[in-house]
Amino acid sequence: MSLQPFQLEIRDLAVRRGPRVLFERLGFSLSDGEILHLQGANGAGKTSLLETLAGLRRPASGQVLGLPEERGLHWLGHRNALNLSLSVLENLEFWCGLNGASAQACQPALERVGIWKLRHRLVRTLSAGQKRRAALARLLAQRRPLWLLDEPLDGLDRQGLELFAQLLGEHAASGGGAIVTSHQPLPAGLSGVRNLVLSP
Amino acid sequence: MSAVLAILTRELRLALRSRMDWLLPLLFFVMVVLLFGLGARPNDPVLAGFAPSILWVGALLSMLLTLDRLFRADYEDGTLEQLCLAEAPLGLTVAAKLAAHWLLTGLPLVLLAAPLAVALQLPAAGLPALVWGLALGTPVLSFVGGFAAALTVALPRAGLLLPLLVLPLLAPVLIFGAGAVRAALGGLDAAAPLYFLAAVLVLCLTLVPWAAAAALRNAFE
Repeated sequence: MSLQPFQLEIRDLAVRRGPRVLFERLGFSLSDGEILHLQGANGAGKTSLLETLAGLRRPASGQVLGLPEERGLHWLGHRNALNLSLSVLENLEFWCGLNGASAQACQPALERVGIWKLRHRLVRTLSAGQKRRAALARLLAQRRPLWLLDEPLDGLDRQGLELFAQLLGEHAASGGGAIVTSHQPLPAGLSGVRNLVLSP
Repeated sequence: MSAVLAILTRELRLALRSRMDWLLPLLFFVMVVLLFGLGARPNDPVLAGFAPSILWVGALLSMLLTLDRLFRADYEDGTLEQLCLAEAPLGLTVAAKLAAHWLLTGLPLVLLAAPLAVALQLPAAGLPALVWGLALGTPVLSFVGGFAAALTVALPRAGLLLPLLVLPLLAPVLIFGAGAVRAALGGLDAAAPLYFLAAVLVLCLTLVPWAAAAALRNAFE
């Protein structure tokens, strides 16, 4: 199944946090198949930019054009959105149910991120890296063209980083796009990666 | 409908895993009511007169204990962000969460109210009005409390602020709920206060989920 094509365009965007202007007059574009690596010092506004693009935060001014329509984007924040008292599978089935996806999509997604064997474990018993993999499985259980990933490499070990690079590469190759914030370089071997540095 | 089912299943599953979360408010309700009974003189007829107020205030306070957790865990683990961006409308999701909250905290209070009322020597004539009143009033407590919980979800010490927000809003529910029982005890028709509670409930069911959804979205601003 091919992903919905999109052409994201950001024009003169300004975002505030309280009285403080994080950035203004920001402009860039992103097409399907592209990956944007968003960098910047702490407090530069990387997370706030992603939150604005996701629709969690209103921009102070400027325009966000060309976001993929319904079922268009996945958001992976600092926090994994996993309830600690539920198992990995129960968490994923919940998100599938909420987003109108089939629960059958859970197994291939968990197999792909290598934690199918842990599916009945309560999330509270998992390591940080395993939780991050479970959060990544949510991106795979329901395919959406645009991924907004905030520090997705947190907690991942070397195999996890390789897996993430593969997933991101496959997503871009199938016509998806991603904006990724990370303080560390993205894993090697990814093509079509552009860099954008936000300055406070 | 799958979204509503998903929320209800998740909330009931979580309740099964953390039984104390919903058992403690029930125990609190029972203890508050029984302590009033123990504090009164044996067979004091005055106690029956206060029974409607004691039961309603007990129910109100025990539900208040659970409100702070209603959205906070979801806010802290990132679930709320995802709920805001999910395909299911956030208002519907909130309505399902509030319905689950009532099933787990309000409904048991309704079921416990009659035996506790007997312990407070409330005459049998007042029992139907008490149970009907609580059946109509406790969902209002869940919904109005849910709205206040949504307003304060991002605040660090909301536990102190919540009662101040919720209690004045719920005063009419308490007045009409306890008033229905008093009317029944006085041989009057309890229908009017119960209709009022029903009207408030319909208003809450219609408006609160969307207002609470807007408040939750605002938590990220």
